[in-house]
Amino acid sequence: MKKLLLASTAAFALAGAAHAEDIKIGISVGFTGPLESLAPQMAAGAELAFKEVTDSGLLLGGSTVSSVRADSTCIDAAAATAAVERIVTSDKVRGIVGGMCSGETIASLNNVAIPNGVVMISPSATSPALTSLEANGLFFRTSPSDARQGVVMTEIMQERGIKSVAVTYTNNDYGKGLADSFQAAFEAAGGKVTINAPHEDGKADYSAEVAALAAAGGELLVVAGYVDQGGSGIIRAALDTGAFDTFEFPDGMVSQALEDRFGAEINGSFGQNPASAGEGRDRYVEMATAAGFDGTSAFSAESYDAAALILLAMAKAKSSDPAVYKAEVLNIANGDGEVILPGQLAKALEIINAGGSVNYEGATAVTFVNGRESAGSYREIEFKDGKLEVVKYR
Amino acid sequence: MMDVLNAIVALLNFVVIPGAAYGAQLALGALGVTLVYGILRFSNFAHGDTMAFGTAATILVTWLLMGAGITFGPLPTALLALPFGIGLTALLVLGTDRLIYRFYRRVKAAPVVLVMVSMGVMFVMNGVTRFVIGVDEINFADGGRFLITAREFRDMTGLQEGLAIRTTQVITLVVAVIAVALLFWFLNRTRTGKSMRAFSDNEDLALLSGINPERVVAVTWILVAALATTAGVLYGLDKSFKAFTYFQLLLPIFASAVVGGLGNPLGAIAGGFVIAFSEVTVTYAWKKVATYVLPDSLAPDGLLQLMGTDYKFAVSFAILVIVLLFKPTGIFKGKAI
Repeated sequence: MKKLLLASTAAFALAGAAHAEDIKIGISVGFTGPLESLAPQMAAGAELAFKEVTDSGLLLGGSTVSSVRADSTCIDAAAATAAVERIVTSDKVRGIVGGMCSGETIASLNNVAIPNGVVMISPSATSPALTSLEANGLFFRTSPSDARQGVVMTEIMQERGIKSVAVTYTNNDYGKGLADSFQAAFEAAGGKVTINAPHEDGKADYSAEVAALAAAGGELLVVAGYVDQGGSGIIRAALDTGAFDTFEFPDGMVSQALEDRFGAEINGSFGQNPASAGEGRDRYVEMATAAGFDGTSAFSAESYDAAALILLAMAKAKSSDPAVYKAEVLNIANGDGEVILPGQLAKALEIINAGGSVNYEGATAVTFVNGRESAGSYREIEFKDGKLEVVKYR
Repeated sequence: MMDVLNAIVALLNFVVIPGAAYGAQLALGALGVTLVYGILRFSNFAHGDTMAFGTAATILVTWLLMGAGITFGPLPTALLALPFGIGLTALLVLGTDRLIYRFYRRVKAAPVVLVMVSMGVMFVMNGVTRFVIGVDEINFADGGRFLITAREFRDMTGLQEGLAIRTTQVITLVVAVIAVALLFWFLNRTRTGKSMRAFSDNEDLALLSGINPERVVAVTWILVAALATTAGVLYGLDKSFKAFTYFQLLLPIFASAVVGGLGNPLGAIAGGFVIAFSEVTVTYAWKKVATYVLPDSLAPDGLLQLMGTDYKFAVSFAILVIVLLFKPTGIFKGKAI
């Protein structure tokens, strides 16, 4: 009897693999918290890919994909872990698009995803620490590491002939990681960082910080902070005291708010944030507009790509089991077959089902380095006549 | 000679002027805390949020005035709106007192109970302020932003260092002086002020001599509302308004009041400046000044910074601990806690 039961379960499981199933994929981003304005567009991006694949009916014998949302809060690692625990153990998701911020991502990866063997692809966690974290092949990210941003910043400054800068960063994983990687890259290229000082967000007064930065001097000030937090306070105080009048803005600062708040006062300042130009992005933005959301919002395109990678890897592995399909993610992202752009997931599934191979480029020109993360293309911006203008992509 | 001037200007620009403006803002806030402590006998944790509410009310009136086309010339319109903001805030704190604090006074609750009650009031006011004006950062300063900018000063004097003086910094200092002068005149010269001081010194004696306690309490709250709103508006003009930041201001304000001596108005003012300047000076990097003053051969390579700016809060709290250890009543004789 026991043998019969086992045999029938095994047969059922085999049949299940060939037959259509409802595959649940989790989306773990900070629907509440300091980046709550970005989260809806990120979730919508991932769900756009789910819908595209479901509608095609080509994934694993016509399986459907449904989304399970979890609020990672961005800053509260305990809350993120609990939310991911819930979708993994009770909703039984087969993969996760998320987390959103670096600290929370590391926590939910270590505490839930790795012990339970679930694949996580983060669209937006950029801390260099995630490059080397031991993850059993379960972690990937469609965003670049900030180590790469440090190198890009150095290149931009060298082209502009800047030799010595002061750096201030927001005192958390993101700010410290970025400031340190920039300092290493800039000094390796022969530049000089006069001071590398943290600032706390949401404080009453930044005169002390600006006084120290001004005393150290430098041709410009690098503000590795958040535009809605201490970053703006530092810039205001630096401008008012005449300490600095040009700034370099990493990705946490580049936004419309910067233009609204300072405008012509920061003419000649420049910066960069992860974004790519090209057909993939244009197609994605068009699809997003048709679906009723803003595809240019930061990390929305990365979310679509993360979702698409999970689903195509499943098709390639002929299984929705994370332990099986995790090995195929890299073959999809860096494959040598036909190039796949947003909106072409059905075509990709056809090729894969026929035994072919694809090279998923997606909305953000996905190519993985270090076995897990996007090489990253950046958008260089500059303030001219009080307006934020795109200089070029690199 | 030029070098010495440069050094002095650099020090003025980055330490003295910002420190003085911040100190004045803290002093006004600490005066409110100290009044509540001296007369109502508890530490009012809702003070930061009273400031936030007062500023929010003033901003709303400012927008109304701007909408009606009324401005204050080169001065910020918010100064015109300030009396209205004070009025609204006074209504709020009087209402709070009637609804909440009065009950605890009647049952003669221990001070620590009142502190917890004020914490509850703090959370409610937190929410009310956010309902009224939202959580975003708001800049409401208009009129001329600078008396002199760093660049103008450099061009004018030919010095290497610039000296920027913002309109709001001057307004902060002037308004703070006026407010403090009015407060001291009121406490020392008027009948009501004297009855408040009597009430503070010895409640029972004051009651025996026919002082109406409810009146003293009401006047105290109105003064507190005026001080809190003024401090909040000045701070908001100088930096910007954000409800959360005002909540964070509570810490340095309490440090100022305690360092100066709780319950002593003079102490609150001194404490405000002590805390502000300790934050700015102890973490100041002296490299620039030293480079100007010392001969080239002695020019420093390092930053000459005593400690990193991340420790600036540690500095004010270290001062707080030292003062409490050696002089528990504060620099000026306040009440022991």
